[in-house]
Amino acid sequence: MDGIADMGGTPGWGPVHSPRRDEPVFAEPWQRRAFALAILSSRVASGGINVDAFRHALERLDRVAYLDDGYYGRWLNAGELMLTDSAILAPGAIDARARNLRGEHVEEPPIPAPAVPDYAPTAVGSLRSMDTAPAFAVGECVRARDVSVPGHTRLPRYVRGHTGVVQDIRPASVLPDTNAHFLGENPQHVYSVRFDSRELWGADADPFALTVEMYESYLETTS
Amino acid sequence: MTTTGSGERLPPALRTEALEQLLTERGLIDPKVMNGIITEYETNVGPLNGAKVVAKAWTDPEYRRRLLQDGTAAIKELGFSGPQGEHIVVVENTPTTHHVVVCTLCSCYPWPVLGLPPSWYKDPAYRARVVKEPRTVLSEMGLDLDDDVQITVHDSTSEVRWLVLPERPAGTEHLTEEELVSLVTRDAMVGVAKVAAP
Repeated sequence: MDGIADMGGTPGWGPVHSPRRDEPVFAEPWQRRAFALAILSSRVASGGINVDAFRHALERLDRVAYLDDGYYGRWLNAGELMLTDSAILAPGAIDARARNLRGEHVEEPPIPAPAVPDYAPTAVGSLRSMDTAPAFAVGECVRARDVSVPGHTRLPRYVRGHTGVVQDIRPASVLPDTNAHFLGENPQHVYSVRFDSRELWGADADPFALTVEMYESYLETTS
Repeated sequence: MTTTGSGERLPPALRTEALEQLLTERGLIDPKVMNGIITEYETNVGPLNGAKVVAKAWTDPEYRRRLLQDGTAAIKELGFSGPQGEHIVVVENTPTTHHVVVCTLCSCYPWPVLGLPPSWYKDPAYRARVVKEPRTVLSEMGLDLDDDVQITVHDSTSEVRWLVLPERPAGTEHLTEEELVSLVTRDAMVGVAKVAAP
């Protein structure tokens, strides 16, 4: 979907941060707990491991929830969103408990009747074997579909409508666009597609190449 | 989501504590499992794994060949596999070609070899800009590449994960594999730095 998470090429972020070699894994103690809680919340809310559903929760966050408490803040918020989607928690349950933890006396919402998706992955992880042959060949010219998808997708906006060349065929994989919504795995062939910077950003762009992994349905032939 | 009826944003540390309490008291999560996840990614899995892969590739040409041909299998030879490492592709930096890795859509990163991503990798400025002006971004991060170096940026949009095999620095011919491990940095294995000689 078109949201805050699809950042490639978007302006206005300022300079990048210089790397620090001694940076701790978690800068603040709460972040390690938010990290683990987000993983576990996602499992509880999905009835299994579904990384696509978690990424879709991340991309549905608004700008404040996505950015203001950083990476692990956004993980915490995505975990909460998945838990409320599945009615494991009522909306506002976390904030009400948080207020009580700091000494306020607020009424916490009742626990709703859970509505966890009927989800059963056919194998561990995202890779799947397929009987059908890939539709595109290494070296073939392909175009990324120019579509705006209302649900989850891993087709970034900045490559849509642009033409590249298939560089490699990768292992087939569960299609995030349906799996994120618990609508089936629909495995597809995956391609590393190579784009020229001037195709993406115009004739004045700094010359470089870029590869993006594309699920088969994200691509169309140029011939 | 982070706001309540009063419009106040509660601190994430407090909200984290609240969520942990809500899930624990209903028996929905096991504190032992939770602490196991934290220990795994704070202590056990990190860029030292990737550094061992790189140092072995630098000292064992046959391993280097296998690593570039089938990264996942060669990395597994050293015992490294797991979530966010289902299919790892290794690309080699040379004096004339430079690879750099990003995930513009979230912050996908090869956990089994590098651990959890550093803050700069998750930063919107890096995610947004490195696919559009990599040479400038790398320069801001302290890596100035000559104009004739060909740059390839890899955007991790699927479950494919990328690991950069950096150039072995000149003057390290006398070092052992073990000594080389300590030279290899996380940043070089993502492609935003070079490995410096000791």
